[in-house]
Amino acid sequence: MGEATPLLELRGVSKRFGAVEALTKVDFTARLGEVMALVGDNGAGKSTLIKGIAGIHTYNEGQIFFDAKPVTINSPRDSAALGIEVVYQDLALADNLDVVANMFLGHERTQAMGMLDEDSMERTCIETLQSLSVTTLRSVRQEISGLSGGQRQAVAVAKAVMRNSRLVILDEPTAALGVAQTRQVLDLVRRLADKGLAVVLISHNLHDIFEVADRITVLRLGQNVHEFMAQQTNPQEVVHAITAGKMLHVPGMAEVEIQ
Amino acid sequence: MKTTPSSPGSGLAPATAPASGSRFAQYMQRMRSGELGSLPIILGLILIVIVFQVQNQNFLTPRNFVNLIVQMAGITTIAIGVVYVLLLGEIDLSIGYVSAVAAVSMALLLREPISLPWPLAVVVALLVAAAVGALHGSIITRFQVPSFVVTLAGLLAWNGVVLILMQGAGTVIIQDQTVLNIANAYLPPALGWALALGGVALFAYSQFTNVRARNQRGLTNRSTAITIVQVALVALLSLGAVYFANLDRGVPFIGLLLLILLAAFSVLATRTKFGRYVYAIGGNKEAARRAGINVERIRVMVFMISSVMAGVGGIILASRLRSVDTAAGGGNLLINSIAAAVIGGTSLFGGRGKVSSAFLGALIIASIENGMGLLNLSAGEKFVITGLVLLAAVLVDATSRRGQGGAKR
Repeated sequence: MGEATPLLELRGVSKRFGAVEALTKVDFTARLGEVMALVGDNGAGKSTLIKGIAGIHTYNEGQIFFDAKPVTINSPRDSAALGIEVVYQDLALADNLDVVANMFLGHERTQAMGMLDEDSMERTCIETLQSLSVTTLRSVRQEISGLSGGQRQAVAVAKAVMRNSRLVILDEPTAALGVAQTRQVLDLVRRLADKGLAVVLISHNLHDIFEVADRITVLRLGQNVHEFMAQQTNPQEVVHAITAGKMLHVPGMAEVEIQ
Repeated sequence: MKTTPSSPGSGLAPATAPASGSRFAQYMQRMRSGELGSLPIILGLILIVIVFQVQNQNFLTPRNFVNLIVQMAGITTIAIGVVYVLLLGEIDLSIGYVSAVAAVSMALLLREPISLPWPLAVVVALLVAAAVGALHGSIITRFQVPSFVVTLAGLLAWNGVVLILMQGAGTVIIQDQTVLNIANAYLPPALGWALALGGVALFAYSQFTNVRARNQRGLTNRSTAITIVQVALVALLSLGAVYFANLDRGVPFIGLLLLILLAAFSVLATRTKFGRYVYAIGGNKEAARRAGINVERIRVMVFMISSVMAGVGGIILASRLRSVDTAAGGGNLLINSIAAAVIGGTSLFGGRGKVSSAFLGALIIASIENGMGLLNLSAGEKFVITGLVLLAAVLVDATSRRGQGGAKR
């Protein structure tokens, strides 16, 4: 876990919605091969930060570096072109389609005369799931409606990984899962990083975070509080940062930089 | 009577059991989980045939069989478009009068003083229908209004357009022999046999090459025995149908046209990107949008398909009646077409259904009407019975959805 150059680096990004300052000069990094956890109380700005990376909205100020080069992300398409995939909480899977159809939705492979190349897609789908060691699926021809929450999460993650993505952002992947399924998803998250991807994990569950994360970024009221190395801290410290961390900027006040 | 060619790779067949388990076990599990497939429809059809045959010996005769094919043709064609609209989770109430607009346009173009040749008249009529569908679809997507309301307005407005086009004439007779042949010509017996054999051979070839391709790629497969049984069943049904029809006037041309339409729209639904997107939008519109699918464009195209198929159905009905009149597109045409798709197993809630359900549902509706006609039942009794069958189909749909674990939307 050396100091690899970050794959994604945000420097001093801010986002305002009218008079509301949702993010104030936030720094954030994600490194290849590492799981970066993003934590914070409700309204701390986690979603706002992620949406900026995903291209759902753009930051008002600040810089984004990807592969050490400055980039602009103005739309989800820009984000996808960089190799950033976001797995949202609602997963966005079509219940009535099977696993293969969902994994390739919008990116179907075709053969002669525009016919879908089902066999090729099925093969790639099986290979992707195997590479992630997802063994809980009995058949890739199962409809999503017949899958458990953990299996759905696995399909959504596999879908994100299959697009040759380099940065995968997971929004509360274990929020609605039972114990065994949470276990499976956390293992999957760890494997993504071990495969060399950069992973950002948003979660409220510190227990989950300490199991898989390498670093932890704490947001509070739209500002960075601290970036911890997971092995050099403990849950108490992180909880303290979430609830009472010291902020550099006072919201609502004129900018009086103390530097 | 070849139904839609289904392949193991169609991707829409749910398999809730292990892929390696026996097909029968999978089938039983699917039944228990509420995914009833075509089973209730086929059982219902057998029941209907038995009831009518016991009541009247004329029901299961070659003559009536051929009549039935011609009678169901219009509804089946319109119902194919309805299936697509229902797959999106939308509804199109205008199809009855849109079919009449197309039929009346064609009849007027064929007649003096315009006297267009038939291919031109048919194409223009279908273009008119396509434009109507594009209009409906654009209004629905641009202003984000429910398709129910827009097509309800269409129902009224296009009825008015039919009356205006007819300009007070009660009836326009169709004299073009080719157009009349659409619903009134029969294939010579030898041609019927040749087409049936060719169709079965093609079906068998595609099935077996598919099995082999999957084996080569190391994908899980159906057993060869299942495939052989499937091919044998298709062969038996299609050859039996040709034999039966040849005892009377032969296979109606319209029967062949129906099979081609059903096969083509099945392939479009299950084997192309477009079809996949239709199912995806019906299943989860937001997921489809996030996958980069142009949802609004697909919706407009589906409403165009709906109107064009209504137009084709209208032309078939006009050909069968040898004329169009001011009542064209009225009566229970709309209700029967939508009922056919639903009775055939296409869900009203979107995302679930097959093109073949248009055929199965229309077959049931046409059989009931035909059989009750033979029994000299009144129009009132016919409506009540058809209504009850529709109700039963919707109840089966609703209960089987509940079995799928709260997929309600």
